[in-house]
Amino acid sequence: MSWFEKLMPSRIRTEGGTKGAVPEGLWAKCPGCSAVLYRAELERNLDVCPKCAYHNRIGARRRLDSFLDPEGREEIGAELAPADPLKFKDSKKYRDRLTQAQKSTSETDAMVCMRGQLQGMGVVVAAFEFKFMGGSMGSVVGERFVRAADVAQEHGIPLVCFSASGGARMQESLFSLMQMAKTSAALRRMADRGLPFISVLTDPTMGGVSASLAMLGDINVAEPGALIGFAGPRVIEQTVRETLPEGFQRSEFLLEKGAIDMIVDRRDMRDRMANILAMLTNQPVPEPKREEGAPQEQEQQQPVAPEESEEQQ
Amino acid sequence: MNLNFLEFEQPIAELKAKIEELRMVGDDNEINLQDEIDRLKTKMRGLTESIYSSLTPWQIAQIARHPQRPYMFDYIERIFDGFEELHGDRAYADDHAIVGGIARFNGRPVMVIGHQKGRDTKENIYRNFGMPRPEGYRKALRLMNTAERFKMPVMTFIDTPGAYPGVGAEERGQSEAIARNLLVMAGLKVPLICTVMGEGGSGGALAIGVGDRVLMLQYSTYSVISPEGCATILWKSAEKAPLAAEAMGITSDRLKELGLIDEIVPEPLGGAHRDMDTMAETLKQVLVEQLVQLDGISTEELLEQRYNRLMSYGQFTSQ
Repeated sequence: MSWFEKLMPSRIRTEGGTKGAVPEGLWAKCPGCSAVLYRAELERNLDVCPKCAYHNRIGARRRLDSFLDPEGREEIGAELAPADPLKFKDSKKYRDRLTQAQKSTSETDAMVCMRGQLQGMGVVVAAFEFKFMGGSMGSVVGERFVRAADVAQEHGIPLVCFSASGGARMQESLFSLMQMAKTSAALRRMADRGLPFISVLTDPTMGGVSASLAMLGDINVAEPGALIGFAGPRVIEQTVRETLPEGFQRSEFLLEKGAIDMIVDRRDMRDRMANILAMLTNQPVPEPKREEGAPQEQEQQQPVAPEESEEQQ
Repeated sequence: MNLNFLEFEQPIAELKAKIEELRMVGDDNEINLQDEIDRLKTKMRGLTESIYSSLTPWQIAQIARHPQRPYMFDYIERIFDGFEELHGDRAYADDHAIVGGIARFNGRPVMVIGHQKGRDTKENIYRNFGMPRPEGYRKALRLMNTAERFKMPVMTFIDTPGAYPGVGAEERGQSEAIARNLLVMAGLKVPLICTVMGEGGSGGALAIGVGDRVLMLQYSTYSVISPEGCATILWKSAEKAPLAAEAMGITSDRLKELGLIDEIVPEPLGGAHRDMDTMAETLKQVLVEQLVQLDGISTEELLEQRYNRLMSYGQFTSQ
């Protein structure tokens, strides 16, 4: 114990650091400031820590639910399900990994797309489900994204994508790589038709997803503190053989380097995006309709795994 | 061990050494060893054929990375005339891992762009082992836009372990640089032919790999991640790279089967590096044929076909 710690009165001294005596479910410890938070309150706050504004990862459905107006939602590409063209097997079969991911997330693949409204304006929204094999992009993700872009074009409305992904899905090999080309080509069509695409990068957005659709927004937005980059920090560290600077590849770093337009707090996301989209599509100032802060449905939140580390390329 | 030969080629190397020995002896003595030499040469050919007829994906990956494999400049010399290299991205630097410029292809002006690796350590450091930084992709992008402006077909040549994973590359927007190329190539209003010459390493390859035709040299590879990288993540050991190479289906014949590439360009016996001139000649013929086909298509139709082709990528089920 250092002299400084000895000086501190015992009641403000933290002991040992990790004393996970909190019962699962009711309370959550903020990974940012270590504050112990009442989970229901955290959820009401869109999983942003009310004390330090740490943004916890949230799932695709919850994302869509918190972003879109409650009425008139329509899912896109729900009928698509992953195949296993290469009969891929490593220590585990790809088939089994899929089944497991489908069970634990209740999703068929790592992206959910919906047409709906944002403060009364028509919009198509795609959201990655990070808990589904690290949000990795395979054939279904690519196809759903393209269909979302198609629906946006059909209705002449903007597309918004919330990305959270480790990158391309290795188990679909070159098919996955080609999804980068496929999704980018769809965005070219959006641009040719003069329709806005807003890319919101959330924690984490890496590899093939960041090197395709996620960096191609007319406006690139990031949530605070999100890890965003092409190569993973560990790969870079192994290559350059030095430790990386503090905050490297975080949203604030990207803003400083000119890669993104802005950082937006999740709690302001609806209002800010509505404001931007209304200007880009030359519509009157939208009126926020949603009651303060409350998400639409109080979904049963699954226990949050501390760190999903499904690494992808 | 003969370093000009890969591990699985060592029996060939031994035969070759024997032939050389006999030749030396034959030169010194009066005895005629020509018959014996011819016999061994036939045997060597047979052995090479037999080894090369049953290569594993991992062995093919090694041929694709062979230090003597022909690189971009070897093909430029042999396939094109009047090459003028164009440098720089006009914003930050000139990346030496991607080279490009205008040249004549059978008399016709074209834009050529490709990865360049180095032959020795010094050259490899200069070329960054063929791993581009953002400025490399942005140079490629600039050249593609130039090609469009002057209505020149674009030919790209791919041979990279991948985009460079470095601090500076991240700071300058490696992701954006790759993504932007994908978007622009999807709508570039001139014919685009991409050829994988050696290693097609992930996004770093794809960033100059979206085209109307995608060709692969017989013993080149194309994959979403290197076999070593895949093995490290999924098998937790880089040693399992041969398994990963097998599982990912990274070879030209497998990718042709899966409909992800258009054509395989056959290599000379023993790989492209055994006979660069023949390799270049074969590749040139294929490029001529492909370009003739693309010339017959209107720009609108070309873009439509390219788009539909991109949209067809992917396999899934639909209930």
